[in-house]
Amino acid sequence: MSSDQTKLADAQSTQEARMGSGADDRFNSKLREAFGSTPFILTKFDKFMNWVRGSSMFMLQFGIACCSIEMIHTYAIKHDLDRFGAGVPRASPRQADVIIVPGTIVSKFAPRMKRVYDQMPEPKFVVSMGSCTVSGGPFQEGYNVVKGAEEVIPCDIHVPGCPPRPEALIYGVAKLQERIAEGESSPVTVKPYELEQFGDLEQDELVQKLADQIDEEDLVMRYNWGDSP
Amino acid sequence: MSLEKRTPVVDDVGVTEDGVDYDALADLLGDSIIDREHHVNAEGFVIRPDDVQSVLRTLKDEAGFDHCSCVTAQDYDDRYESIYHLKKYRDPTQEVSVVVPTPKDDPRHQTGSDVYETANWHEREAYDLVGIEYDDHPDQRRILLPETWQGHPLSQDFNQDQPQVVSLREHANPLQDDKQSPDDPDTMFINIGPHHPATHGVLHVKTVLDGEQIVDIDPDIGYLHRCEEQMCQQGTYRHQIMPYPDRWDYISAGILNEWAYARAAEDLADIEVPEYAQVIRTMSAEMCRIASHSLALATFALDVFGDFTAVFQYGIRDREIAQDLLEDLTGQRLMFNYLRLGGVAWDLPEPREEYFEKIRDFLDDLPEKLAEYHDLVTGNEIFQMRCVDTGILTPEKVKDYGATGPVARGSGVDYDLRRDDPYGYYDELDWDVVTEDGCDNFSRVLVRLRELEESARIIEQCVDLLEEWPEDDRTIQANVPRTLKPDPDREIYRAVEGAKGELGIYIRSDGTDKPARFKIRSPCFSNLQSLAEMSEGEYIPDMIASLGSLDIVLGEVDR
Repeated sequence: MSSDQTKLADAQSTQEARMGSGADDRFNSKLREAFGSTPFILTKFDKFMNWVRGSSMFMLQFGIACCSIEMIHTYAIKHDLDRFGAGVPRASPRQADVIIVPGTIVSKFAPRMKRVYDQMPEPKFVVSMGSCTVSGGPFQEGYNVVKGAEEVIPCDIHVPGCPPRPEALIYGVAKLQERIAEGESSPVTVKPYELEQFGDLEQDELVQKLADQIDEEDLVMRYNWGDSP
Repeated sequence: MSLEKRTPVVDDVGVTEDGVDYDALADLLGDSIIDREHHVNAEGFVIRPDDVQSVLRTLKDEAGFDHCSCVTAQDYDDRYESIYHLKKYRDPTQEVSVVVPTPKDDPRHQTGSDVYETANWHEREAYDLVGIEYDDHPDQRRILLPETWQGHPLSQDFNQDQPQVVSLREHANPLQDDKQSPDDPDTMFINIGPHHPATHGVLHVKTVLDGEQIVDIDPDIGYLHRCEEQMCQQGTYRHQIMPYPDRWDYISAGILNEWAYARAAEDLADIEVPEYAQVIRTMSAEMCRIASHSLALATFALDVFGDFTAVFQYGIRDREIAQDLLEDLTGQRLMFNYLRLGGVAWDLPEPREEYFEKIRDFLDDLPEKLAEYHDLVTGNEIFQMRCVDTGILTPEKVKDYGATGPVARGSGVDYDLRRDDPYGYYDELDWDVVTEDGCDNFSRVLVRLRELEESARIIEQCVDLLEEWPEDDRTIQANVPRTLKPDPDREIYRAVEGAKGELGIYIRSDGTDKPARFKIRSPCFSNLQSLAEMSEGEYIPDMIASLGSLDIVLGEVDR
């Protein structure tokens, strides 16, 4: 009897045997325990990568207008977006894979935003935050306001609100993570305002008038306000 | 105590014990005046377009009007018009409007920017949006809209549907030959922004460096120009305009902004606000100020320390509490839309005792938190090295640039509209105007920190008042007609002390239920103009600190 008990106490679990002696408890995660004796999973590489992508998102530190204040609150204490694996704001677009567009986009800023978006490495995702990025919001009738972020860059998730509460933004980000994990991507914009060289624009009265102000090679964005929704 | 009624300044020409004597001013200006107008806030002198400089110079030097608060441009059916709203830093209730009409076919007149530095940007804006040209203006360019924009959107003949082309030119190679000045090939051109974590939004600063020192700096704004004035001109007085002020200074200063509109429109339409509502307004406005200054401090620390963790989070922590209080009151975290013409939207949340308890808890904790800030921030040696004696703005320059708010008070200019041009319930309460004499980045931050204490004092007194307020006398709104149509051709310029400074509104009514002209005088717009003055000859990190200490918010700069 007593020898049996000693045997049990001395016995190592398979897990312990694999870890070897002296391994710190910190390496022994819940996940590891759940796997038990077989610390291997079988999955498709793509699926794994998508899961990883969604679970570790680097956000671009990108503030435009009112919504950016709520976005700051989402990152900061109390709401703490980092809990969801999406809270590392990067100041450079080269290091970011998600851009939250928080605010009204106006004619002067849209080319710059497009440029920042273009500088982000693929795969990249866009959360458009607030009514202004959905449709122009309260400023839709303004002479200078682009009617939604989708006119310029493709958006994956729209979070409506003016401004959306931090909880709403977190929900939007969580939805984006879900979509990424499932490998879904957003449709390309229906009617984008493109950055193109001035020389490539269709020659009309306006372009001819501006010809002495803008070089042929300069990048420009042309707004056809009359056709905006 | 600084709140005592100041003795009227009578040594200037045209000032008597009862205020401004406009006839004396008219005598002073003589033949330059072709007509006189009566605006609700002040008399207006209509002057000849080629006498602008001499008139402004006389008013500034001899009559003591040292504050050019705002320049409003507008397009009538038969003429264009610029209005210079002049005030005195010593006593902002002494006002005068200088009205300059110009013909419809050739809208141009003399610039006022030689007299008041601040008119430079205001006139550029007038040129950009309305289309008046200013002779001898040092820098007649568009300011808010892209340089390739066609037409002037607030003039009557603007076609909003015409296509526009906007170029992306600023990204040229900084080492290109033409970016270097020919006489000094060592200079280098650097773009800071519009997407940059330290510019507090979408500001673009064109900087020319000599070695590491800034020789020339040109803030390029307009990346958030979302047509606020047009939106307000399209809305009806009673309900449709009030949501927009929240979105000018969106750093939670909503109620302060709403109050600017409420004050102007109420004075325009002669609406009396019940006392009870005034107390609630005063209390909630100061909560907004606390929220706004907390974020200003948090982002300033972020700029100077470059640290997203410690001080920044402290600021946000306290802001969250203020926002919760405001949410309980207004139902919104950020865009309150709580004031109404003639009062506020609804009474305090029930149960009242619980709400008062919450506010008192917040106020009780505040001194301890402020001590923490002083330990963390202002007492920090590195912080002091960064901020003391950098970004100097002398009191003369403050007045020249029309800077107001904590920026002016950090340079020792004792100017606070809550005391000097009292509104709301401020003149019944016991509080002090905070000034510091350092004129540097450090003083401006210190002013904000000390203003938090004063705001807390005001809120505390308001809570005391509201607790005692008799239950049968709690009128929250005056009786205002459903469709408000102020009498035609009334003009008013009214300002309140926003979180960033003097936030003024000019409204002209035309007898309909919508304003004919709605002009916003934003404090940040004027304050930002002084950035060049502060940072020339300094290093880029000092410029960033100055920018942080100005506490601009681009929604209000660009409108």
